[in-house]
Amino acid sequence: MGSHEQSHDHDHHIIGYGTHLVIYFGLLLLTGLTVAVARVNLGELNLWVAMLVATFKAALVILYFMHMKYEHKLIQFLFVIALLALFLPYGAVFIDYLHR
Amino acid sequence: MGAGAKAFYHDDAVVFAGMFQAVKKAGKNSSVFRAIAWVLSWILSTDHKRVGILYFVAMFSFFSVAVSLGIMMRLELFQSGQQFFEPKTYNAMFTLHGVIMTFLFIVPGIPAIFGNFLLPLQLGAADVSMPRLNLASWYMYIIGAIMAVVSLFSNGGAPDGGWTFYAPYSIQTQTNVSLALVAAFTLGLSSIFTGMNFLTTIHRLKAPGMGWFDMPLFVWSLYATAWIQVLATPVVGITLLLTVMERTLQIGIFNPSLGGDPVLYQHMFWIYSHPVVYVMILPAMGVISDVLPVFARRHIFGYKAIAYSTMAIAGSGYFVWAHHMFTSGISDVARLVFSFITFLVAIPTAIKIFNWLATLYRGSIQIDPPMLWALTFLFTFSIGGLTGLALGAVVTDIHLHDTYYVVGHFHYVMFGGGGVGMFAALHHWFPKITGRMYNFFHAKVSWFFFFVGFNMLYFPMLILGVMGMPRRYHDYLPQYDFLNSVATIGSWIMVFGILYMFANLLKGLLSGEKAGSNPWNAKTMEWETQSPPVLHNFEKQPKMVHGPYDYEGEWVK
Amino acid sequence: MSSHAASHPQDAHSDNPHADYIGDKVGFWFFLYTELVLFGGLFLGYFFYHMKYKEAFHEAGSHLNVFMGAGNTVVLLTSSLTMVMSLTALQKRKKGLSLLYLGMTILFALAFMVVKYFEWGAKFSYGLYPGSEILQSSHSDGVIIFYGLYFVMTGTHGVHVVLGLLALSWMFVWVWQGKIHADDYAYLENVGLYWHLVDLIWIYLFPLLYLVA
Repeated sequence: MGSHEQSHDHDHHIIGYGTHLVIYFGLLLLTGLTVAVARVNLGELNLWVAMLVATFKAALVILYFMHMKYEHKLIQFLFVIALLALFLPYGAVFIDYLHR
Repeated sequence: MGAGAKAFYHDDAVVFAGMFQAVKKAGKNSSVFRAIAWVLSWILSTDHKRVGILYFVAMFSFFSVAVSLGIMMRLELFQSGQQFFEPKTYNAMFTLHGVIMTFLFIVPGIPAIFGNFLLPLQLGAADVSMPRLNLASWYMYIIGAIMAVVSLFSNGGAPDGGWTFYAPYSIQTQTNVSLALVAAFTLGLSSIFTGMNFLTTIHRLKAPGMGWFDMPLFVWSLYATAWIQVLATPVVGITLLLTVMERTLQIGIFNPSLGGDPVLYQHMFWIYSHPVVYVMILPAMGVISDVLPVFARRHIFGYKAIAYSTMAIAGSGYFVWAHHMFTSGISDVARLVFSFITFLVAIPTAIKIFNWLATLYRGSIQIDPPMLWALTFLFTFSIGGLTGLALGAVVTDIHLHDTYYVVGHFHYVMFGGGGVGMFAALHHWFPKITGRMYNFFHAKVSWFFFFVGFNMLYFPMLILGVMGMPRRYHDYLPQYDFLNSVATIGSWIMVFGILYMFANLLKGLLSGEKAGSNPWNAKTMEWETQSPPVLHNFEKQPKMVHGPYDYEGEWVK
Repeated sequence: MSSHAASHPQDAHSDNPHADYIGDKVGFWFFLYTELVLFGGLFLGYFFYHMKYKEAFHEAGSHLNVFMGAGNTVVLLTSSLTMVMSLTALQKRKKGLSLLYLGMTILFALAFMVVKYFEWGAKFSYGLYPGSEILQSSHSDGVIIFYGLYFVMTGTHGVHVVLGLLALSWMFVWVWQGKIHADDYAYLENVGLYWHLVDLIWIYLFPLLYLVA
């Protein structure tokens, strides 16, 4: 693992204005969607749908606005570790709460 | 550091260089300005070695305060009945002892002192990745420490209720808990800065030819520790801030009278604070992995197993926190699951212990002071670890929770592990840091006093706990008299040993023999440069030509 | 092999401040992880109490102004767009355009705070704030907790917006002065990453607080 990290052929990938605009309109669309869906009463499902849409938006922001898609492998790898460390312990709290 | 260190360290790597140069110039004719320039050359320096020594001075100052508090608590507990202190004073004393020892001493601990000093040296780098952030972390530490000290003497009185600040007591007490919480938050920031720096350094600044499995195991332990610092500390940060907001704004989240749930506080507190237990112990394990091979003249047994188990301990540490909460009313399913995962942690820990023992097997063991401390670690930490098993099992924990057994257990782990590991590191790297050697005979005698006193102090606590003596009271029933007296006498012997040890090291610093670049004939990279190392560490970029534990000449690249 | 980069990490005196581009970004990402975990703690609290007080959260959330919340979402998304546009412009060596976009980002950030000010003001005028007599005497536990979380979460987010504003203004000056340019833009990129993170947090806060009613 050590050597390929330092052999940095980082190409300083530049994303064009056009891509940014496409992503931006996608984000606006999803915002509209989440507001619209919230007006329909789905009961329990409302929370999950809202979270799903938000996660789509978050993915767009991370992958394109935050460059993650074009990023150095090391940064991508560390990001996955951080997400796991974020969600697994927080999820484990509910082992307690759901069985009280 | 005293006058002895003055001559060695360069003054070049300072921030605000213009200001420093002006003072230095003024210092040509005035001894006052010369003194100021000397102080500035330390507290403005981004040199990782100086930052490490700054941490050393600050941390051991607070350590001595907390030790004094501990001695006073033991005096109070010498016999049943009130001896010297009111119950309220005693409550403040154990809280302060805990806060200082945890947040100001053992959490920054080995990484802040020896990690800062050694990490770039062991990697063959000129400095850490972000030297200015590194200096900033020391300032955050000092700011946090000052706030903690101020919270003692300002309005409301010294914080009470223990270092864990459990809600709802911590949101009701009139003492100055808010400031102590903000102090702990600031110290957390300092710890995060150190962690970010170490992770980036290890990923980016390994010497040419050094792969992941060519790094010294101390570096591996710092790597695992840094992950915990970065990913766990913010949880306690937000928890402490929520508690402050609870006290000032009544947001209700931890306050049962407004619909909040205090058990959520315990969850959030321990999600961080259990992993941070491994911040305290993992670097000590790294020290032991580096010291044993040197004085056994053998390569480390099971290098990869130790490296992986280090990461495994850090990873599994995130999933065991609820074993601190078995008696807090969490669900039975949670108790079962967390008890089970807790036992899993014993596996990587045992892997390490057995690998260390296998390293010693058939080695040519040289009992020099660092080795003596490392072997002490194996002994005391094993007692600490094994007594922990009884606390990981729900059934026995119900009996032992909040008794002196717990106090004895975590002192064996924290002090017998983290503390003893730090003393081992101190004796091992002392010649590298100061360029001089201490007296071996006195080092061993001071060790003897420490070892006897340590066990006299903490082993009776284990027995007292099983007998049912609760922790955190300033008084107890007469049937516990004898063992408490033994423990108190043990505390005197142990503190004498610590003072003796530091006196010996100080004498070594001031008038010890020149140590040379590699007095132990060790193989890791920090011994390849002079003692103490120059600014930016190496005259020219070192290359990896043999392994970190290549004592038997079998390293092949 | 980047041996020269490895042997001279940037320090106060390094003549090559751009020694380790990847290292700069890796280091900053570690900082972003700590921010994620910090907010994660708040989200944990939200989900924990959402399960406990489902009805009350429903009721309390319906008092929030969806129009203002959605408007602020659009404002933040747009500011994220201008932020990346600014970086792209700088990379394409168009300094003026880059400054224009950066300035727009700063304006949108200010707009966000202004809307937030009116929102908070309205809540205060109804007595819906932590520690208020009205909230504690005439509402259920769940509503008290909801508003506790609402103010803590939007407040913490707001603090990050303000810090982002300061950082953006600082970057504006540096781009203006030419300290940040097409060959050395790690600072601008990192501040951009921070700004997107602020956006990211809001993407979750908006539905949780305003819509799940």
